[in-house]
Amino acid sequence: MTEVTLAVKDLRKTIGRKEIIKGLNFELHQGEVFGFLGPNGAGKTTTIRMLTGLIKPTTGSISICGFDVRKDFTKAMQYLGCIVENPELYPYLSGWDNLLHFARMLPSVSEEQIEETIRFVGLDARIHDKVKTYSLGMRQRLGIAQALLNKPKVLILDEPTNGLDPAGIREMRQFIRNLAENEGLSVLVSSHLLSEIQLLCDRVAIMKKGEIINIDSVENLLTKQEKLAWRLLPLEQGKEVLERFTDVEVEEDYLITPLINQKAGEWSKALIQEGISILEMNRKIPVLEDLFLQLTGGESVD
Amino acid sequence: MIKLVHNEMMKIMARKRLIVIALITAVLVGLFTYAQYKETMERQEKLGTDWRAQVQAQIVDISNRLSSSRMSEDLRERLQITLKQSQYYLDHDINPTEPGAPSFVRMFIENSGPMFIPLLVMVIASDLVSSEHTLGSIKLLLTRPVKRWKILFSKYIALILSISLIIAIVGLLAYLLSGIIFGYQGLNAPIITGFTAQGGNLDTSEVRLVSQWRFLFMDFGLVWFVAVVVGTLSFMLSVLIRSTAAGMGIMLAALISGSILSNMVSSWEFAKYLFMVNLNLTGYLSGAAPPIEGMTLLFSIMLLSLWWLASLFVSFVVFTRQDVY
Repeated sequence: MTEVTLAVKDLRKTIGRKEIIKGLNFELHQGEVFGFLGPNGAGKTTTIRMLTGLIKPTTGSISICGFDVRKDFTKAMQYLGCIVENPELYPYLSGWDNLLHFARMLPSVSEEQIEETIRFVGLDARIHDKVKTYSLGMRQRLGIAQALLNKPKVLILDEPTNGLDPAGIREMRQFIRNLAENEGLSVLVSSHLLSEIQLLCDRVAIMKKGEIINIDSVENLLTKQEKLAWRLLPLEQGKEVLERFTDVEVEEDYLITPLINQKAGEWSKALIQEGISILEMNRKIPVLEDLFLQLTGGESVD
Repeated sequence: MIKLVHNEMMKIMARKRLIVIALITAVLVGLFTYAQYKETMERQEKLGTDWRAQVQAQIVDISNRLSSSRMSEDLRERLQITLKQSQYYLDHDINPTEPGAPSFVRMFIENSGPMFIPLLVMVIASDLVSSEHTLGSIKLLLTRPVKRWKILFSKYIALILSISLIIAIVGLLAYLLSGIIFGYQGLNAPIITGFTAQGGNLDTSEVRLVSQWRFLFMDFGLVWFVAVVVGTLSFMLSVLIRSTAAGMGIMLAALISGSILSNMVSSWEFAKYLFMVNLNLTGYLSGAAPPIEGMTLLFSIMLLSLWWLASLFVSFVVFTRQDVY
């Protein structure tokens, strides 16, 4: 395994009498994108706020590159870049002044470094305009530029694609993958969208009511849950054929089978040989609700 | 640390608050200059240009009012002090209303010390921390490799700098604008100070003459001190209350109640421990009667210092410990 950049041990947070985070344990490795998946209110943001030092954990430890966030705050923060929720920068300052502002809070960042970061996120053209004139996508990029100024080893992004248009989401995804693969950063991303985590992350932790109910690779956790939906004519006959190979469920006009590589071709061949026409064949990504049902054995999201 | 203060000043400047403050001051100075000018003209029309005659007339006026029986003890005492003061000016051949920009500045700063300048300071101080919460930028600010107390301290230094700047702006504008009408003479004119009012008696044992510029210097020092205390209090509210408007409202209510209390609670002794009745420090210099018996310059300064220390302590403790959501 590669180097551990962020380690969380038995992290708990109690507000009043209510324990809202119930003992989290996980690690981030260098060069991986780690996803935090859970419905709203699962405790993703609270966890992220504890990781970034905004909220004091009740018990437990967080260390970033070997430095404890509570005991060695400044050292730990030097290795961390983050955007908690939306990148809330100063709207009355220009993009450049915003970056200058945050650069001044770091030990030593030269103007060349700032310029380099601006080019990296592709904001050179508008950097001297006031932030209030920026689009959401540009603000998001400026936020990332701000998070990358100190050349962090760990990057924490809370809902990074929130509010972006499809093109912006794709761009952001490529950007994050690039940071992990080519720059060797560990990236922690939170989201309530299954599809997004699936496309972006290497490993995923599924959170529910302040607990991590499962941590595994995306491959094991999500991709294996993918199904194939068939629309066949005639349906009954098609079902009989498919049942020779695998389990089949009926969902309205569709037949649902597991998605197994290479098998789909075999099955469709058999269907055609039996004279059944395939009207539609669809990959079906599981929804969060289904996944929860599966993982928790019948308990729903709420 | 210098870099952090630089950041805070950059933000204050970018929001153009100081320009607004300068504009408000310019308008007010203009108004007061005109009012003062009108008053001088009217007085001269009535009494001629002889200031002795004017002071004499004032004495006669006060004596007449004193002879009326329907008057509260409180007011009577105050009038008696003013009467004795005027008499002293007359006896020692000192013109109390030496016209010119410096005396206008003195008048202006003395009157704006307990209310107007604290208001201006409040405009900046009350959203210094809470605006970061409203914007959400606090989350970026506190996730940098800088300790929280340093961030707050840099904001506080920026506040002190802005307060100094505000007072300098007010002083300069008042001097320059009023000088256009009244002329700039009178910087060295002797000013009388050291009156201490005690139970209706004017203690003149420590009375001495000070040149106008030194007197102005003391005035500005005291006003600056008051502004710092009020600024620190609003700063604390800004840390405690995340809404700028609520913080400003509380501070505004405190200031206004201070000026009301000063005028009506001479018998409620405990009120002298409230910071807002102690803001008129310059009044002690010019010998005005304190709002509550037994208050002295030293008492007020000590009391304000206590309030100042307490609010600074609360600000830092809360800011470094609070959870940020």
